[in-house]
Amino acid sequence: MIQFHNVFKRYPGGHEALADVSLRLGIGQMAFLTGHSGAGKSTLLKLVSLIERPTRGQVLLDGVNIGNLRRRRIPYMRRKVGVIFQDHRLLYDRTVFDNVALPLIIAGYRHQEIGKRVRASLDKVGLLNKERVYPITLSGGEQQRIGIARAVVNKPPLLLADEPTGNLDPELSREIMGLFESFNQVGVSVLIATHDLERIADMPYGVFNLKDSRLLSNTVPALEENDHVA
Amino acid sequence: MSPDKSRKRGGQRMDRPPAHSRFKAYFVHHLRSLVASLGLLYRHPLSNLMTILVIGIALALPTGLYLALDNARSISSNWDGAAQISLFTKLTVSNKQAQQLADKIRLYPEIDQVSMLTREQSRQEFRDLAGYGDALDALEKNPLPAVLIITPSAAHAHPDAAQRLIEKLRKLPQADIVQLDLEWVKRLFAIMDIAQRSILVVASLLAIAVLLVVGNTIRLDIQNRRDEIIITKQIGGTDAFIRRPFLYNGLWYGLFGGLIALLLVGISVAWLRGSVESLSLLYQSGYTLRSLDLRSIGVLLLLSTTLGLAGSWLSVGRHLKQMEPQ
Ligand SMILES: Nc1ncnc2c1ncn2[C@@H]1O[C@H](COP(=O)(O)OP(=O)(O)OP(=O)(O)O)[C@@H](O)[C@H]1O
Ligand SMILES: [Mg+2]
Repeated sequence: MIQFHNVFKRYPGGHEALADVSLRLGIGQMAFLTGHSGAGKSTLLKLVSLIERPTRGQVLLDGVNIGNLRRRRIPYMRRKVGVIFQDHRLLYDRTVFDNVALPLIIAGYRHQEIGKRVRASLDKVGLLNKERVYPITLSGGEQQRIGIARAVVNKPPLLLADEPTGNLDPELSREIMGLFESFNQVGVSVLIATHDLERIADMPYGVFNLKDSRLLSNTVPALEENDHVA
Repeated sequence: MSPDKSRKRGGQRMDRPPAHSRFKAYFVHHLRSLVASLGLLYRHPLSNLMTILVIGIALALPTGLYLALDNARSISSNWDGAAQISLFTKLTVSNKQAQQLADKIRLYPEIDQVSMLTREQSRQEFRDLAGYGDALDALEKNPLPAVLIITPSAAHAHPDAAQRLIEKLRKLPQADIVQLDLEWVKRLFAIMDIAQRSILVVASLLAIAVLLVVGNTIRLDIQNRRDEIIITKQIGGTDAFIRRPFLYNGLWYGLFGGLIALLLVGISVAWLRGSVESLSLLYQSGYTLRSLDLRSIGVLLLLSTTLGLAGSWLSVGRHLKQMEPQ
């Protein structure tokens, strides 16, 4: 699903946020991305979600080299990636329903279809009863779950999350992690950047560990499959 | 890569809605953002009303000027009598020959009527007008020719047509001097030509002003909705999708601005009509002020809508590119 081949990322200021990173996340795999603050976790996720472009090396998403993707193609590529932000990034002047419906409206789904999918998605995160309210009236954990519902509503093959449990209490973050696992169980690839080493220690998923912009260790099992260069 | 099996049937890529329903959804979406953008205008009534008023006033000015010119034209076309041609015969032409000439000219298709001053009448008129009586009396022979006063038909009263008629009359052997009596008709038309060009200049400048006003309003709109734009881009909204509501906003600004302009012009015409009618009664002309006809109204609304759309297009093109997710 994701492949990095000797990827470097240097920001305009001159700071090298990623250096010579190569890794692979297979289709349907779930993995964590760890590292100290400033190690380059968010940068790596931004490369995959087409927010930043690599300075050198290749980033492949679903077999497509996204380093030199034409501008017009970017939106369609982004629809393959559901992104969950720590700060939720919801639209606060729209209802929960409208927030979750946005990816479907963008993709041009029909009205009835949108209603069905939004409700299914809200149901999955356990907030079906909140569809008519505005996000501002919800707790942090609930807003995070709305963000997740929005990320999965158009069934993207890949989910990215940047410290999705950063602000949540242990109870809630366990719940959120459970959600990601349930998506992974139906075949979605999942990559989660996190500080929370304790929580992931006893979970059966591989870890990419970054240190000072480099990939220090990689415990993600290599899959035997045709996830090759296009 | 697929979360569930059923999606595999639709195609090897992500499941998209089928083409026909996608098209339908496309139009429904267009319609919805058109209406939604109207709703947005309604949500900020005061600032939007200001924008629309400014556009309306900017458009009302050239429209009003155009209407004034249109009225001036239609009044002046009633003045076919004003374009009279004087034909002075040669001194060798007798009254009788002049009369025959008048009868001949009267048959020209360009001519409405011909009247004649005999040589004696010419002398009398000249004497009365200029007070040269004594000097004229001192002369033995009458130095003044017979004069034909020729009124072209309405179709030939325009300066250009009258000029052609004059050339034709000058070729007559009996004619000495042929001239358009009232040069000022020509001047009036020249002035109206200048007025028309001036209106065009004013209209162009104000059109640019409308572009800038709409562009600026849309720019503020875009900045106010920065978060929304960035989030929409992040989850895969195309540029066209993001642009659309702003373009529709511009379209509404233009259309409503045009309607306000119509309203302003309409009020002004209604207000002036009474005075114009009493004035024209004094001239016994029964002229009533013309208002904008349907075609002009259509052109104005089309133009204002286009300006609104173009203004937002310029603004959107420049400002949306700068907003990328981070
Ligand atoms: N837009 C940017 N411009 C310049 N430098 C940046 C930019 N974004 C990140 N950096 C730098 O790149 C390095 C890696 O940043 P990144 O956000 O990827 O770290 P991180 O691993 O996500 O850290 P944290 O755990 O604190 O979120 C940091 O030193 C940061 O200062
Ligand atoms: Mg980070």
